[in-house]
Amino acid sequence: MSGPILEQAPVADRARALEAALRRRHLVPEGFVEDFTRLMEQDWAPENGARVVARAWVDPGYRDLLLKDGTSACAQFGYVGPQGEYIVALENTPTLQNVIVCTLCSCTAWPVLGLPPDWYKSFEYRARVVRESRSVLREMGLDLPPEVDIRVWDTTAETRYMVLPFRPAGTEGWDEAKLASIVTKDVLIGIARPDPAAGGTGGGLRGGGY
Amino acid sequence: MDGIHDLGGVQGFGKVAHKANSVAYRPVFHEPWEHLAYSLLFLGADTLKVFNVDELRHAIERLDPRQYFASPYYDRIVAGTASLYVEKGVLSHAELEALAGGRFALARPQGLGRPARETRPPFEVGDRVRVAGAFVPGHTRMPGYVRGKHGTILHRTGVKWPFPDAAGHGRPAALEPTYHVEFKGSDLWGETAEAASVVVDLWEGYLDKA
Ligand SMILES: [Fe+2]
Repeated sequence: MSGPILEQAPVADRARALEAALRRRHLVPEGFVEDFTRLMEQDWAPENGARVVARAWVDPGYRDLLLKDGTSACAQFGYVGPQGEYIVALENTPTLQNVIVCTLCSCTAWPVLGLPPDWYKSFEYRARVVRESRSVLREMGLDLPPEVDIRVWDTTAETRYMVLPFRPAGTEGWDEAKLASIVTKDVLIGIARPDPAAGGTGGGLRGGGY
Repeated sequence: MDGIHDLGGVQGFGKVAHKANSVAYRPVFHEPWEHLAYSLLFLGADTLKVFNVDELRHAIERLDPRQYFASPYYDRIVAGTASLYVEKGVLSHAELEALAGGRFALARPQGLGRPARETRPPFEVGDRVRVAGAFVPGHTRMPGYVRGKHGTILHRTGVKWPFPDAAGHGRPAALEPTYHVEFKGSDLWGETAEAASVVVDLWEGYLDKA
């Protein structure tokens, strides 16, 4: 079975075939795919997690709740749903960087982080970040000083994690919206730190593209 | 199972193809069929309830390793989901191949799985535990890199979930809490460890008191 194992109909045709077979049995409720796709494309987004972080930075009571019961804290914003049933927030400090991975598949807190990015699902990240952690972060642009410990969280069960970064200097007096703008998906996964220089410029991003 | 999916710590992979904060993650999907993967998975798991997500994970683990490695992420979801619809008798393999206009590779056959262990007193935060040295032929959510390792309990979940080694095979599954178990990096990877610690979320049945 060398060779033939990889000879298949194109995946687009196989995905459409699966959909067609289910539809002709009337197993796909009206609007189901459209509604679920809207959740994936629009409702579940890292901007949600960013709002949670910004609130925690300005409201100590909310921060305490987030660290004690992340699920309830996220639910206050309406961020609930599949892959968000048991959310735990991981608090960074100036000497501790939390990093999230799922080595076995690709588990992620969808309602607050959005669907996992391609790199998070890559064999490279899954294999290496638990072992060559500091090198992987450095290669991706986060060069941590040696006094910063790394704690990697492998999402191997039903807990879904989000990183609570510490509020960087230079953000004094910012409102929640501006604070949220420097909390990116990568910050919430733990491979980046919030960059105050990016505040208010749209998602803390240095580049474009998807 | 010690399958190809159990990637944590596997060596030989190159750099992660990503620079932190370089992309905005829009659009969420890059191909016009990709939204079907999770949609049809959740249709089967949530709405139709013909399989569960543990079974889906195991179906993907049961893909031929060459197929697993050669298929992009959403292709693996399509293949695993289609496998379950066929195994559960909802769809036929021949019909899927006819609709796809070519071969549609599905998962290899599954075994029986294993039941949860007898209920024991729960572990407490701070307890030292050892991951049981189990070699599991079927589905498990214990990554191989912690097998037999000693760690410390940081958290016991306030919710219980079906034991995946049973649920992943469609068997009745006892409910257990999971534990966030912290392993010292050096206990996992010796002097080459780059993380101070790795925290793995483990079902109670995977653990023994150290
Ligand atoms: Fe996963």
